[in-house]
Amino acid sequence: MNVNQHTPMAPPYGQPQPGYGQPGYGQPNYAPLDGGYPAPYAPHNGPASAYHPGIPQQGYSSFTSFPSKAMAANPISDPCSPLDLGPARGPPTSGPPPVQAAPQYNQHSSGDIQNGPPPVTQAPPRPPASMQYNQGGVNMSAQQPSFPQHYGPPPTMHQVTNQMTGMHISSGPPTPAGPGYAPPPSSQPPTSSHYGGTPQPSYSQSHPPASSAPSQPPPSSAPAVSQQYYPSSAPPSQQPFNSLPPTSQQRFVSPVQPQQTFPPSSSSSYSGPAPPPTHTSSAPVTQPQQPFLPPQPPFSSAPSGQPPAFTAGPPPPTQGSFPLQAPPPSSQPGSFPPPGPPPSSVASGQYPSSMPPPPQQQPPQSQPPPFHPGPPPPQSQMPPTSIGQSNHQPPGPQGPPSPTGPLQQPPLQQGMPTGYPPQHNGAFGQVRSPQPGYGGPYPGQPNYGAPAPAPQAQKRLDPDAIPSPQASDMPPVQKSRHRIDPDAIPSPIQVIEDDKAKTNEPFTTGVRGQAPPLVTTNFQVKDQGNASPRFVRCTAYNMPCTADMAKQSQVPLAAVIKPLATLPPDETPPYVVDHGEGGPIRCNRCKAYMCPYMQFIEGGRRFQCSFCSCVTEVPPHYFQHLDHTGKRVDCYDRPELSLGSYEFLATVDYCKNNKIPQPPAFIFLIDVSYNAVKSGLVSIICQELKSLLDHLPRENPEIDSVIRVGFVTYNKVLHFYNVKASLAQPQMLVVSDVSDMFVPLLDGFLVNVNESRQVIESLLDQIPEMFADTRETETVFGPVIQAGLEALKAADCAGKLFVFHTSLPIAEAPGKLKNREDKKLIGTDKEKSLFQPQAGFYNNLAKECVTQGCCVDLFLFPNQYVDVATLGVVPVSTGGSIYKYTYFQAQSDQERFLNDLRRDIQKPVGFDAVMRVRTSTGIRATDFYGSFFMNNTTDVELAGLDCDKAITVEFKHDDKLSEETGALMQCAVLYTSCSGQRRLRIHNMAVNCCSQLADLYRNCETDTIINFLSKYAFRGVLNNPTKAVRDTLVNQCAQILACYRKNCASPSSAGQLILPECMKLLPVYLNCVLKSDVLLPGADVSLDDRAYLRQLISCMDVAETHVFFYPRLLPLVKLESGALPVAVRDSEERLSKGGVYLLETGLHLFLWVGASVQQELLLNIFGTPSFGQIDSSMTSLPVLENPFSQRLREIIESFRAQRSRYMKLVVVKQEDRAELMFKHFLVEDKSASGGASYVDFLCHMHKEIRQLLS
Amino acid sequence: MATFAEYIAQNEERDGIRFSWNVWPSSRLEATRMVVPVGALFTPLKERMDLPPIQYEPVLCSRATCRAVLNPLCQVDYRAKLWACNFCYQRNQFPPSYAGISEVNQPAELLPHFSTIEYVVQRGPQMPLVFLYVVDTCMDDEDLQALKDSLQMSLSLLPPTTLVGLITFGRMVQVHELGCQGISKSYVFRGTKDLSAKQLQEMLGLAKPSAGQNRGPQGAAPPPTNRFLQPVQKIDMSMMDLLSGLQRDPWPVTQGKRPLRSLGVAMSIAVGLLECTFPNAGARIMTFIGGPATQGPGMVVGDELKTPIRSWHDIEKDNAKFMKKATKHFESLANRAAANGHIIDIYACALDQTGLLEMKCCPNHTGGYMVMADSFNTALFNQTFQKVFSKDVQGSFRMAFSGTLEVKEIGTGGTSQWKICGLDPSTTLALYFEIVNQHNAPIPQGGRGAIQFVTQYQHSSGQRRIRVTTTARNWADAQTQIQSIAASFDQEAAAVLMARLAVYRAETEEGPDVLRWLDRQLIRLCQKFGDYHKDDPNSFRFSETFSLYPQCSTTVQTRASYYRHHFNRQDLTQALIMIQPVLYAYSFNGPPEPVLLDSSSILPDRILLMDTFFQILIYHGETVAQWRKAGYQNMPEYANFQKLLDAPQD
Repeated sequence: MNVNQHTPMAPPYGQPQPGYGQPGYGQPNYAPLDGGYPAPYAPHNGPASAYHPGIPQQGYSSFTSFPSKAMAANPISDPCSPLDLGPARGPPTSGPPPVQAAPQYNQHSSGDIQNGPPPVTQAPPRPPASMQYNQGGVNMSAQQPSFPQHYGPPPTMHQVTNQMTGMHISSGPPTPAGPGYAPPPSSQPPTSSHYGGTPQPSYSQSHPPASSAPSQPPPSSAPAVSQQYYPSSAPPSQQPFNSLPPTSQQRFVSPVQPQQTFPPSSSSSYSGPAPPPTHTSSAPVTQPQQPFLPPQPPFSSAPSGQPPAFTAGPPPPTQGSFPLQAPPPSSQPGSFPPPGPPPSSVASGQYPSSMPPPPQQQPPQSQPPPFHPGPPPPQSQMPPTSIGQSNHQPPGPQGPPSPTGPLQQPPLQQGMPTGYPPQHNGAFGQVRSPQPGYGGPYPGQPNYGAPAPAPQAQKRLDPDAIPSPQASDMPPVQKSRHRIDPDAIPSPIQVIEDDKAKTNEPFTTGVRGQAPPLVTTNFQVKDQGNASPRFVRCTAYNMPCTADMAKQSQVPLAAVIKPLATLPPDETPPYVVDHGEGGPIRCNRCKAYMCPYMQFIEGGRRFQCSFCSCVTEVPPHYFQHLDHTGKRVDCYDRPELSLGSYEFLATVDYCKNNKIPQPPAFIFLIDVSYNAVKSGLVSIICQELKSLLDHLPRENPEIDSVIRVGFVTYNKVLHFYNVKASLAQPQMLVVSDVSDMFVPLLDGFLVNVNESRQVIESLLDQIPEMFADTRETETVFGPVIQAGLEALKAADCAGKLFVFHTSLPIAEAPGKLKNREDKKLIGTDKEKSLFQPQAGFYNNLAKECVTQGCCVDLFLFPNQYVDVATLGVVPVSTGGSIYKYTYFQAQSDQERFLNDLRRDIQKPVGFDAVMRVRTSTGIRATDFYGSFFMNNTTDVELAGLDCDKAITVEFKHDDKLSEETGALMQCAVLYTSCSGQRRLRIHNMAVNCCSQLADLYRNCETDTIINFLSKYAFRGVLNNPTKAVRDTLVNQCAQILACYRKNCASPSSAGQLILPECMKLLPVYLNCVLKSDVLLPGADVSLDDRAYLRQLISCMDVAETHVFFYPRLLPLVKLESGALPVAVRDSEERLSKGGVYLLETGLHLFLWVGASVQQELLLNIFGTPSFGQIDSSMTSLPVLENPFSQRLREIIESFRAQRSRYMKLVVVKQEDRAELMFKHFLVEDKSASGGASYVDFLCHMHKEIRQLLS
Repeated sequence: MATFAEYIAQNEERDGIRFSWNVWPSSRLEATRMVVPVGALFTPLKERMDLPPIQYEPVLCSRATCRAVLNPLCQVDYRAKLWACNFCYQRNQFPPSYAGISEVNQPAELLPHFSTIEYVVQRGPQMPLVFLYVVDTCMDDEDLQALKDSLQMSLSLLPPTTLVGLITFGRMVQVHELGCQGISKSYVFRGTKDLSAKQLQEMLGLAKPSAGQNRGPQGAAPPPTNRFLQPVQKIDMSMMDLLSGLQRDPWPVTQGKRPLRSLGVAMSIAVGLLECTFPNAGARIMTFIGGPATQGPGMVVGDELKTPIRSWHDIEKDNAKFMKKATKHFESLANRAAANGHIIDIYACALDQTGLLEMKCCPNHTGGYMVMADSFNTALFNQTFQKVFSKDVQGSFRMAFSGTLEVKEIGTGGTSQWKICGLDPSTTLALYFEIVNQHNAPIPQGGRGAIQFVTQYQHSSGQRRIRVTTTARNWADAQTQIQSIAASFDQEAAAVLMARLAVYRAETEEGPDVLRWLDRQLIRLCQKFGDYHKDDPNSFRFSETFSLYPQCSTTVQTRASYYRHHFNRQDLTQALIMIQPVLYAYSFNGPPEPVLLDSSSILPDRILLMDTFFQILIYHGETVAQWRKAGYQNMPEYANFQKLLDAPQD
């Protein structure tokens, strides 16, 4: 892209921008521009027209899922929202100016976008999106026929691409889009049109050849065509694009190229700053759109608000980005044409198509003609047609190189098609508003298309053929779509690195509504009145004041609470406060606990509750005078008056049955059936327990743990052990009447480790021997938990069961299960039943366990189906954990298991907990996700709560909130500490409230949103077909983004995908959720695996879900102590054959070795000079005395230390069989199970958004 | 008279049998008119020093419905080598092994003084004895310690091949696996749930022939053992450890509660365990309890101390809510045990009642012992328990297992069979015969009625043995020979027989009715055999043979089931003691002498000793007591007093 664009673009852009600015700004201007464009485009269009149609359609089709609206895709990040779209738009408007713009763009794009956080995000994301979208859009564009003209479609494309590229690059593209676009955006359609345009351009190119096709394009061929198009179209498109698309591409390119510096800018976006200026300048240029600009500024500012980056571009960024885009387009045309077009074109094409169609159509027409707009017109129809055309054409004309380009375009076209059959390209992009104008400009841009498209396009397109769903159509299309440059879409890595870079001082929690650094960033927290983000993270730190707003935005309002989170050593754990015999001071009415938000009045004699406003007397012993500001004099001496998190000592009133609790107990229940013995499991457990028992949780390391332990082994009968200290030998008590479980002994079952050490060791030594010859293969499970439960009941204490289990419990007993694994049900409406427990037995049992405070941790070692969905009911309901070691083999899995076990036993844990979340009047905690049980709607009951468990709480309005007071929440967890003390842990959190949606969008945290959405979805599969769940997710996200686009983003062409800065990664992460094994299982994913993951996710905190859904992939090149190498994105493209990479997901750890890896690396890591000699079955690296090896092992260890579960190291050699498994985690790529690639998904998302907006 | 008395004594000495009438009325009607039925008290295993077991098997009558054993009363044709069954008159060939038979070379069973003879069955495996201890752990430490000591002692008394098993119970029931290395194992069952033998078999892992656990077939048929029942010689050490390691039931007993004692389930499991491992082999379940069952099947009282255990009053008022269920439970256990030839003993030691009423059928139906004492830490229990393991001169236990008594009669009712799981030399059965001859029918051929008792049992050595007792009595026409019949009345035997009948009726009918019935029977007897003159109460006179009977008859008022149990099994002398305690007087005036059961027997200078079978009371006369208080017994010059004091205790 860059290349293409650059060369051509640069110059053009620079120039164009000015032009753009003018044209771009006012749509009117655009119009003119368009007019201008048209001319340029026209020519291009001619060719391009083919593009658009082709592209969009293909794009969409490719995206199958998206297909419908392929159009939408482009959008990218918010601030720069314009991103993809932007390009599209940009191009058109800027079309002519593009040239100048382009150059500027590059800068701008990067600059604006980058500047503002938006730039980066926006720009990059969008472009890609646009790219994809374009494709989608293209089809859409069909509608846009008119657009073509507007289109500047090409430009849009370009922009998109630009953005895409730029995006990454930084918002570059967006900016372009922004400024230039923005204006157009206002005319939204234009944006879309832009896209359309862009795509179209590409199409046009392709089309041109296709042009002949155009006739074909007509609906009929559409579908098939679209597919074909993609592939075929791609090429053609490229060519055509080159002429037309090029522009779009060019833009991209240009951005890219410039970006190259910039693009990279995504990261470079920062570099952006510099560019911003340009942008700004460009913006101005675009300014013609100024009208838009103004709006944008705000937005931008808003978005930028967050990122200082904006400074330069802040306002501009968002808007700027737009403008930029606009300019870029223009500029892009020049630069883009080559690179941008293809990808962008694709994306934009689609988008535009959808968006632009109507308005643009006319203009498009002008364009269309050039493009094959004719065909694309109606999206559906169009696409096909366009596709058909594109396909036809592309293949032929463009030839191989173009193919990619064409492909992308095709998708775009698809989108387009619907809109504007004839005008495809132009129509699409421009379709909406700008089109006319754009059309003009774009046409002019044709140049772009010609030059840039082919090359870049291919690159971009290639990455993902993608159009996910509609595989059938896909094939051809997909490839074509590839053209969207992955570098141009929002990059998680970039965002993560940016956040790291800007976080260089401790995060203080005193400021209400301030979003904390990302979970991927290391930072210190200073508690100044709100709970640390380690305890509480919110999806939004600025909540909408009203339910209507909340509903409109669809942004989930939730908090992820990890009440007992472990803090790093340099942070103080919560202080324990003792309010004496009367217990903690609380509000009389709502029972909220004393906290910094309570207002003392009447000289300190009373306090007013900030949650419910009730006034409560201050008890005499708690009285304190107030200072002149109305604060208590002792405010800073009391944690509960100055901190966000602290603990109260609970009085006996807070204890079950009003009795001080007994110290808790741990009971180990070990399966000793044939499988367990044979795999060596029993010996391993027994051996390990001997040393582990010295590490039971304790609060004071000086004192022995008060936790008592007990032991049970079982197969189809249970063996209890009397390990009373006074015995010479342990006694075994067999209970074979499992139908009605009971505990055969009381005294001597639960013992103090130190007192009974000898007996226990004797027991653990003998257990493996006793069962060494067992031939019993059947097991029970229900009675095992009942046994532990009864034991705790008998001892009248809370506690935890550690169950080590191997097989489906088929022995005759309560809770007996049958094998119900039926893969045929997958994908049907009955699939959900597989996630539900087989019978009510375990639900009832879980309830009993919770009542007793009996937490169950389940370690599974299955060799076949064990029905995790059912066995997991009790652990999940009791705050326990499930660990699963499929095909456990002592040698290779021992380490992982033992480390998990050690950690599980040693980790801080509370028992018999009840969590209650209180909130300000006006909002209410309505739903809870995690491992717990609820008897009513407010109390979260956790038999056990350990430091790794998070609970996600969803809030809903039941009244209005006030901006002044914000929204408060207080999470109180009453629990029994591991030393047997009853306590209350309090976490307070205050967030702002807003009456402007923009404020909401500026203060969201995508990682937390994803945490919520994934839990929401994973619970949803219990009751809904997974397909429906996925659709719901996509829909909700589309609504979130569409709402932003509609209400917050500066006006821009509809073809632009504009994403809020804070949510620019929402599509990529959401895609990861959609592709997860739970929602979209591959053929090799067992039902147990899915159930396991489902339950696992339910209690993950934000950091865990983040790395789980978007794994960390580190290139191991130079390893310096102290710093980790910068991660790369999860895509195969990013892997170098000559490199070695480390990938971690929180559950898995892979070391990927490229086939042509440098010998030195091999020697350093494996101590062997040959790739062939690497033993891929190793689970730990050889200990070599070289810095590299040492550092690498350090890194691995540090990764493991960060996660709650031990990650077994798997060495994957490139092109080895195991690589498939590894590739599963390259989440930006298309997945084997049919999951869309990032690019495709972005296109799809854009399409959805556009549909919502239209 | 003398002849009859001698005859009776001789018969009892030789055959262990006493008839109420030694001359039988010849028809049913006449028999009915006799008031006291024709019955016998038979002691199947009466100890006979002079009875060497015969090492071959009995010769049986070939008639399938008869199968009587060759006996001295049979007619034998030595030349034809034929014998005629005296019950069915079938003529039978002697088996080949009797070829050398002749008038001078008679086999033992034809010798008249071998009217009782014992054969040793050679066929079949020699089954080991099985002793299964069922031990309550809900008792205070002192009691438990004493019990543990007793049990350990008993182990040393068992023949080495005896299989032993241990079940303990409290709140739970534990079946201990024996001979484990290292960790001791036991199977635990909750005390509130009854299990069938089949369930138990599965739960104990006995379903698959415990072959897995049984190793070393050291011969053709190794004694079948399993993890729970093993030869004492092999596991005595671990059994000792197990017993010494027994702890008081660890489940907490809150104030105001009784410990939860799962007696019913424990016994059920014991019965079930033997049922599925050693059916029809000699086995003894020895149950030691320290209180009533308080939970699960068989519970006789709840665990609330404030609710007392049912009293007779409650029972009469049908107010004992657990009784019926509990009785039913134990009855079914008793029946199962009896069906498998297993004995259930109950040793109940507690100050309070232990619910023997509900459990009585267990020992009753299976020939087990029932022992009641105040504590396991008493001599009473100790010595009684030791006595259980006493041995005869051959070193065998004075007990037999899994017996079957078969009675063949002529002229009466044919053949009947009873199963008696546990027998000891004093076990005495009361058999009531019915004369089936029609009135006026001729006296049966031969003028004598013969009865053959065939008792098959498992000797404590493991051998199966058959003891055959054949006896005969004359028939007499009651109308014409009433005198001779009256003369043949054995009043002691009759008293016991009637008492047992009364007890039986008492258990099945209402108490007052039984007393009335007894009175009526006595009156009828008097009418029949008494001489009196109308309207002259003083003229009433009984023949000597009847003189004791009325007195005994009126004292049959024992009510507690414990007493009834013993009454039903003890031999005649003991039964008589039970009916009428014996009072001995010790004084300086002469040797101890029996005195009347009357307050007139109390004299200041006498020491009275009353033996009621169950208890021995020593009563020191007023003077004696003063002497004792004064401490005379400690002064050398009064050594004679010391002796006097000691005398009764010897």
